[in-house]
Amino acid sequence: MEACRLTATDLACRRGERLLFSGLALDLAPGQALQVAGPNGTGKSSLIRILAGLLRPFAGTVTREGMIGLLDERPALDEHQPLGQALAFWHALDGGGYLGFESTVDSLGLADLTDVPVRYLSTGQRKRAALARLIGQQAPIWLLDEPLNGLDTDAVRMCEALVATHCGLGGIALIASHQSFNLDGLKTMALAEFTP
Amino acid sequence: MKLLAALLWRDLARFLPGTRGGGTMLPLLFFLAVAMLYPFAVGPNPTLLAGTGGGVIWVAALLAAILPLDRLLAPDLEQGFFDQWALRGVAEEMVIAIRMVAHWLSFGPFLMLAAIPASALVGIDGATLHLVELGLLAGTPGLAAIGMIIAAVTVGLRGGGAALSGLLVIPLAVPLLIFGAGSLSTGGEGGLALTAAISLLLVALAPFAGGAAIRAAREG
Repeated sequence: MEACRLTATDLACRRGERLLFSGLALDLAPGQALQVAGPNGTGKSSLIRILAGLLRPFAGTVTREGMIGLLDERPALDEHQPLGQALAFWHALDGGGYLGFESTVDSLGLADLTDVPVRYLSTGQRKRAALARLIGQQAPIWLLDEPLNGLDTDAVRMCEALVATHCGLGGIALIASHQSFNLDGLKTMALAEFTP
Repeated sequence: MKLLAALLWRDLARFLPGTRGGGTMLPLLFFLAVAMLYPFAVGPNPTLLAGTGGGVIWVAALLAAILPLDRLLAPDLEQGFFDQWALRGVAEEMVIAIRMVAHWLSFGPFLMLAAIPASALVGIDGATLHLVELGLLAGTPGLAAIGMIIAAVTVGLRGGGAALSGLLVIPLAVPLLIFGAGSLSTGGEGGLALTAAISLLLVALAPFAGGAAIRAAREG
């Protein structure tokens, strides 16, 4: 996997009139994983979007080396299309270079669902489909916003294993979740510490 | 190139009439319905119909073009497509430009075809139909561009977007309508050339205006 790094210094985020957090710093090197924990509304999703470059921070800077892969509550798959086609769109857009894409779809338990339109999929199935899209992107930096939402216990274990593999290959993972995430070497950062 | 093809293919699969992606015949049917109802409303006076028919076709085309606006961009923003494209370094401007082409392909050529039966319904002659067709060819890309700009500007407004779209389209579309429909009364090529010029300007502006609007909506 290509060299990657994710650094943030002195980040602050303001939504509307509220300052959600300030003085937040993080530095992730290849192979590292970090869980951002905190109750609802503390700014976990905003932090993810700031790190992804989709939201401007109120203060501070973010430097990214390597492509960002984002998994949030929106799977970015066409609702009316069969799952196979919806995933194929991203696979083609990502260069189609990922040879193991079929087996990824299989291993996520989606093989039987490729003919089913995305709008008929359950929350957990959508999440797994979004994971397949994320893996196919082959981005070294994974930003996962509540990746375990809607997943059953088997799927939770599968998701944890995927992140472990990703970090084992030298990737970076940042997980924003209020649920516990089992991963060796996972550091935790409580977002509440940065609330002013 | 591969990226452009993938984006255009997806857009066409969603917008072209008869495709299962919710692509709709609605603009086309709306256009024909206006042409069909108009003679009933003004009465069967051939002179009056022939004199006003071309203008009615233009207004019908304009309104038909703004019917699918709420489906142009809002679903993609809500479902996170624009975020995923941004992460892959795909510029919003490019997405908008490609979508404008797909949007035009999904109504422009069809309206030009439908203008032939419509011309018979409102009783305009062959020479006028010729001018209407040329005018639509010159003007519909501009209508597509206006549609993209309005769809992008109203993309973050849930619910209230449709009403605002209707208001925004009026000032933007007036120049096209003046010169496009105006070329019918003067019978001149000057009007057509000006319609094409305005269209080109709008087509050139739309990706940048749309891209900026999408980025602003994402920050909100």
